[in-house]
This record gives sequence, C-alpha cells and structure tokens, in this order.
Amino acid sequence: MAYKNPQQKFQGKIKEVVLGEGLKLGGESVLPFYSFDGDIGNTPKVGMEVWDIPPVDWPEGLMNIIKDVADDPAKWAKFYTEKYNPDFITLRFIGANPDTLNRSPEECAEIAKKVAKNVDVPLVIAGCDSNEKNARIFTKVAEALPNKNYAFLSAVEGNYKEVGAAVGLAYGNLVVAESSVDLNLAKQLNILLTQLGVKPERMLMNPGVSSVGYGFEYVITTLDRIKLAALEQNDTILQVPIIMPVSFETWKVKESVASKEDAPEWGDREERGIAMEVSTAVGVLTAGANAVILRHPRSLDVVRGFINEMVN
Amino acid sequence: MALTGMDIYKMLPKKNCKECGFPTCLAFAMKLAQGGIEAEKCPYMSEEVKQKLSDATAPLMKTVKFGYGEKTYTLGGETVLFRHEKTFVNRNRFAVMFSDVMSEEDINGRIERMNKVSYVRINERMYVEIAAVKCESDNKEKYLGLLKKVKDECKDAVPMIINENAEIAKAAVEEVKDLGPILYGANDQNYEEMVNIAKQYNILLGVEANNLEELYKLVEKIHALGYKELILGTKAVSAKKAFEDVVNIRRTALITQDRVFGYPAAVFVNRLSKDKFLQLSYATVFVEKYASIIVLDDIDYSIALPLFALRQNIYTDPQRPMRVEQGIYRIGQAEENSPVLVTVDFALTYFIVSGEVERSKVPSWVLVPDAGGYSVLTAWAAGKLSGKSIAKAVKDFGVEEKVKTREIIIPGKVAVLKSDIEDALPGWKVVVGSEEAALLPKFLRDYISKRA
Ligand code: B12
Ligand code: SF4
Repeated sequence: MAYKNPQQKFQGKIKEVVLGEGLKLGGESVLPFYSFDGDIGNTPKVGMEVWDIPPVDWPEGLMNIIKDVADDPAKWAKFYTEKYNPDFITLRFIGANPDTLNRSPEECAEIAKKVAKNVDVPLVIAGCDSNEKNARIFTKVAEALPNKNYAFLSAVEGNYKEVGAAVGLAYGNLVVAESSVDLNLAKQLNILLTQLGVKPERMLMNPGVSSVGYGFEYVITTLDRIKLAALEQNDTILQVPIIMPVSFETWKVKESVASKEDAPEWGDREERGIAMEVSTAVGVLTAGANAVILRHPRSLDVVRGFINEMVN
Repeated sequence: MALTGMDIYKMLPKKNCKECGFPTCLAFAMKLAQGGIEAEKCPYMSEEVKQKLSDATAPLMKTVKFGYGEKTYTLGGETVLFRHEKTFVNRNRFAVMFSDVMSEEDINGRIERMNKVSYVRINERMYVEIAAVKCESDNKEKYLGLLKKVKDECKDAVPMIINENAEIAKAAVEEVKDLGPILYGANDQNYEEMVNIAKQYNILLGVEANNLEELYKLVEKIHALGYKELILGTKAVSAKKAFEDVVNIRRTALITQDRVFGYPAAVFVNRLSKDKFLQLSYATVFVEKYASIIVLDDIDYSIALPLFALRQNIYTDPQRPMRVEQGIYRIGQAEENSPVLVTVDFALTYFIVSGEVERSKVPSWVLVPDAGGYSVLTAWAAGKLSGKSIAKAVKDFGVEEKVKTREIIIPGKVAVLKSDIEDALPGWKVVVGSEEAALLPKFLRDYISKRA
C-alpha cells in the first residue's frame, strides 16, 4: 500500500479582522501552522509592550535598552518601532492603578494620542487592574482616537456594556472580549457583545492566558476546543481571531523573577524570563492564538523567526 | 484499518456452535469489533484469522519501552489528538545530543550542564532522561569511547545510540545493554541487520527515512521481519516539514487508523536550528504536538524550566483535577508560635507554596481549606475560597489548639478577603502576604523579624 497523508478539512473559517490600517489577523481555515491541510490565513502577529510609567522591576538588560525612553511612552513606542519593527505596540496603563499614579482617563487619553501620533503601527490599548476603571479609560482613549481600528484589551463580563458601546459602537475601534479559560464563557461574551451591536468583524478575543507551568494545560485545551468548534463545527460565534497578552503573565512567575541569590543554580534571570516568554508564546500560537504581546526584544526576534520558519 | 463486525463475520467459521458464549457467529463478530472480548474465545478460528484479528483489535498506537529498572520509560500508546478528548498518557522525554566528532571541551560542557539540571517541580524530579550519542566518525573505538564516557558520567540518562553502521551499532548496544538503550538509525540499507540487533537485545529501534513515503515502506518491511518495538523519525531539516511529518505520523495512526505509523515519533530540534531559543520554540511545539523523544543540542535551566513545566502541564489528566488533601501541614519544625499561612487545595499551588516555605527556612504551618481544588483566584472567583471556608478549616483541623498565634497569612491575590475572614474568625488577625509565592521567603523572614 502506498502512503497517503491524512488531511483534516474543515468547513469553518476564522474571520479576518483588520487592526489599524491594514494589519490583518485570522482568516485561517485549518489548525495553526497546518499549511499542509489548507489555508493558514494571515501569519500570526507579534506586538511589544510599552507602559505609561517607567517600569521598575524589568530585567537589567531590558532596562538598559529602554533607559533613555522609559519615561516617555511616545518616545519609547517610536524607539521600539524603529529599532525592532513590531507588528503593533501595546500601550498599557499601569499608571492608572490606584497604587501607582491613579492616572485619570483624560490623562490616559492624552498619552495615547501622543503615542498614536508618534508611530505608524497600530496600537493595542491595555488598562489597569480595575475593570470598572478600564471602562472609563477605554471610553476616553477611544473617543480621543476614533475610527482607528485600535484594539482595546479588554471587555470582560463586568464591563462589556460600557466598553462595547464606547470602543466598538461610538468610536469605531476593536473590542477584545476577555474570558476565563472556558469555551462557553468565551462564547457567551461574544454573543453579548454582538447583541449590543458590535460587529463580529470588529472583535478580537482573549479566552484567558497563563504562563507555561501555571495552569497552562487549561489554556491550551481551551484554545484547542475553541478552534475546533470554529472550524469543525462551523460555530460562527467563535470564529474570532485571538490575541493573547503573554508577557503580562510570564514575567510574574518565579522562573522569571527569582534573582541570582534566590536561585543560584538557575543562572541568568533575563535568559530565564525570555525563555518563559518565548515558550508560552509559541505554546499558544501552536494552539490557536493569532497575535501575542511580548515584552523583551529578544523574545520578539525569536518568536518572529519561529513564525517565519513555520509558515515559509 | 479498523474492521467492522461484518468484516470479522466473514472470516469466522460460521458454525453457530455457541462455544464462544454467543448465540451466533455474527453476535460474536459484533462484540469483537467493539473490542470487548478476545478472539481466542472461538476455538475454531484459523491461526491466520486469529493473527489478523488480534492485529486489527490492537491499540492504534503501540506503547513501547526503553530504559531499565526505575528508569524504564514508556512512550506512545496515545489514543487522542487533543487532550480534552481523553488524555495524553505517556509524556515525551528529552534528550541532549553528543557526537564523537565534538571537541572534548564541548562534550564535557554538555555533560556538566545536563547533570546540573536536576530539580523538583510539583513533586516530580526533573532531569534529562536521554543522552543521544551520535556516531559521525565511523570509527568504532572513538564512538565506543564516547559512549562509555557518557554512560559513566551521565548517571541519570539512558543512552540513545545514533548510528547507521550495524557493526558499530552492535558493539555499542553490547557496551550499554544493561541500560536498555534505544538504537536509532534503521534505514533502507541496514534495516535487516538493525532489526536483528534490536531483536537480540529486545530494545527500542529508531527508524528513519527521508520522508513519510519512504518511512512508510521501510516500516512495512520491518513489520515483515516481525519487529514492532519502534520509534519513527524523518530527516526533515525545516521546522515546517518536521512539524508536518510528526503531525501526520500521529494522524495516520489515529485518524486513518493505519498501524504502520502506529508508533511514537522522535524529533531532532537541534537539526532545525542552532539557536538555543529557537530550539526551545520547536521543542515547545513538539511537546504539544506530538513527539515522544525531543532531542536538543544542549540544556541549561533557562531552557529546562519552561520545557519541563510545559510537559508537566500538557500531560496532566484533564479529567482529574490534581488536588491535595485538606488539612494543616507542618513544614520544618513548626511549633505553637510559628506563622500560619493559608493556601488552596490545588496541587500545583500547594506544592509551589510549600516549596517556598521550605526554602525560607522559617518553620511554618500551612492551612489547606476546601477550595474546590482550584487555584487561588479561580477558587475565589468561584466562591470556594472565602472567610467561611477558611474559618471552617481553622475549626475542623484544630488550628486553635495547635498554635498560640492568632494571625493568619493569606495570599496577596485575595487581599480583598481580609475583612471577610476576620468577621468569620473572631479573635484572629489577617495579614496579607505577597502576591507571588516566589516572594514568600523574603516575606516570611521579614514577618518573623518584625514579630520578634
Ligand atoms: C487554569 C485556570 C482555571 C481552571 C482551574 C484550574 C484549577 N484547578 O484551579 C479552570 C478552567 C477550571 C478555571 C475556571 C474558572 N476560572 Co480560572 N483561571 C485559570 C488560570 C488560567 C490559571 C490559574 C492557575 O493555575 N494559576 C497558577 C497557580 C499556582 O496560581 P495561584 O493558585 O494563584 O498561586 C500563586 C499565588 O497565589 C501564590 N500563593 C498561593 N497561595 C499562597 C499563600 C500565601 C500565604 C501567599 C503569600 C501566596 C500564595 O503562589 C502561587 C505562585 O505564585 C487563571 C489566569 C491566570 N493567568 O492566572 C484563571 C483565573 C484565575 N480564572 C478566573 C475565573 C473568573 C474562573 C471562573 C470563575 C470562570 C467562571 N465564571 O466560571 C471559573 C471558576 C471555576 C468554576 N466555577 O468551575 C479569573 C479570576 C478573575 C479574578 N481576578 O477574580 C482568572 C484570573 C482568569 C481571568 N483573567 O479572568 N480557571
Ligand atoms: S465459537 Fe466460533 S464458530 Fe462457534 S459460534 Fe462462536 S464464533 Fe461461531
């Protein structure tokens, strides 16, 4: 008997969503990187994380790279785009947390405007720890940057009405629906946003991410199930591209934070952090993420290289 | 290919004699097709039919073994493509590559780094299970020298002999036969001799071809020789192609149900890139999908920490949340004045937290209430970790009799629970701990010195 490759052909297809002016996400009708089965759609995209305040606990090498720009997010973002060429910039409002600067939504909007003016890649706007405050921040930022197709991370069960209405409906940007590692929750939130009037072509989702080693099997299984439901069962509600803020998780865990004194045998902290970030990013890309957010330029370089090798 | 009840019925003697315990041959055939019974139950079946049936009802993917004693490992035996369908059963194993044309210095460095990676994560010791030793010199003495060195110096690892020269291969297997080595390198030219060696020593044989078409033909030939302790690989040098090959080996076994590819696969990520982080990336892919042996050029903690953690996650049983027993755990020589911490009954969380408490060298009590087997935030969000559940644990496990202190340290992520707990536990004060357990040692030391 001669050998014949098996194939998994699906009827479903992930929607193509445009971030900014022309950065296309999704569009695939096969499992991630299964180009031998069919159309893998747009290559996964990689963005970099910029904060509205200078970070304090980032690893030394990275602090050195950004030391001249870290106190000005607009300069910082420009520096990144020129030097590393990320697909997008994620502007994260850590300074809006009550335990940092407790920045107002108006201030956030000012900053976002400056950053947007300074770069020619799309922005992904991320908030602080409070969902209630994020609704107010996102409203102001979306109002200041209308019809830009920027993505807002995220609308959750508790604030989707405000976020959806402002970001998605009133001011023409993209809503990221964030749920907690469960297919049904992801589906429910997508339905709620659609019922509010947000068009599926103007939505992304984040069904929940963690670092490798920290409940990551649930993340992978949720991604597997979502992609199979979207492709195999043609569940249109779940045919939304997925974006995951990998760096928000991986730089918190022990493997990335333990100092040399804490774990003398473990070696360089920065390398460990990059490795955790790279492995987590590749792990979710292989299970279905269409875009990931990273922190370290070296990680960006590696993950980019990885994606290129897998698609070309 | 799986047989239907009708396919099987056609092969039966059709005597309807009932000796198998079924009223008719057809009824017996139906049962056989479902896999609930053995073909031996019918005494009138020809040997040929028996063989055919036992082949057809065997698992789609074979479980194979290598190693020795406590270091015996099983590979393969998977029944699903996605872990939510059932579970992945036999975790992949990692290997580090050595070659007999490497410099002494290079070899020593790898041995040292490989041996250094040895640590416990969630109750499981992590280390590199396989030393892949490749013959590139085609010089028997040289190769055996390296093999001996690796055998002596990498005590934790089982050797994987990578060699296409049957004569050298045989001497190599003889050298390390007690360790249950893997012999990797059967190809279209040497397969007869290689199968003979593998048969003689009853070891796992690695079969490699340029591509899947050739691999398929080669495995058929090896089947014809009657050997089925196999692991498969291709010579793909691009990540894209290697991924395609590994996915298709698994799908051929489980979807096409063709047992020619019903074996675990080996991948050399060190052939796909020389960059350490790219090797990490490919290894990550193949832990998720679907390699059983993953060969790296080298290892250090930065690579090991994510890879072993990922493997531990991917190979947990999705139908069985890993829980630890509720109770009050004594860590170190804790006594009545030692600090009391509360965490959850999710095994991952408990072992991380207890590990950090041990590392702090501050003898402590760790209270584990009923938290539904969830992580801290999951339990809190699900309403399982509350003032009430913590107060109940304090009472149920007699904490007030065991300790004099009336302070309890809670995870930083659930700082909001403070007043809730204090209301439910009159007389107790709640102290909010660090968010991440990694900061617990410092937190505990500060806590103790502040109290003193
Ligand atoms: C895996 C996971 C699940 C799994 C559960 C796995 C399990 N057994 O717990 C599943 C899929 C079942 C699940 C379900 C839910 N989840 Co969940 N889940 C996660 C995920 C991805 C990882 C959690 C994890 O394993 N962490 C690793 C462990 C080790 O962390 P940990 O327990 O917190 O322990 C650390 C620290 O707390 C500290 N620590 C622990 N104990 C102690 C003690 C002391 C004294 C100190 C100082 C420190 C300390 O040490 C550890 C290491 O640093 C997170 C997202 C994320 N990235 O964290 C969401 C997350 C926790 N889930 C969430 C939610 C909402 C839920 C649900 C309620 C969703 C729903 N509405 O149904 C359900 C609840 C369950 C139910 N009703 O059935 C939310 C919680 C939101 C919030 N802030 O309250 C999260 C944060 C996701 C999100 N961003 O929305 N979840
Ligand atoms: S024992 Fe064999 S021949 Fe007799 S009824 Fe059963 S299957 Fe038929």
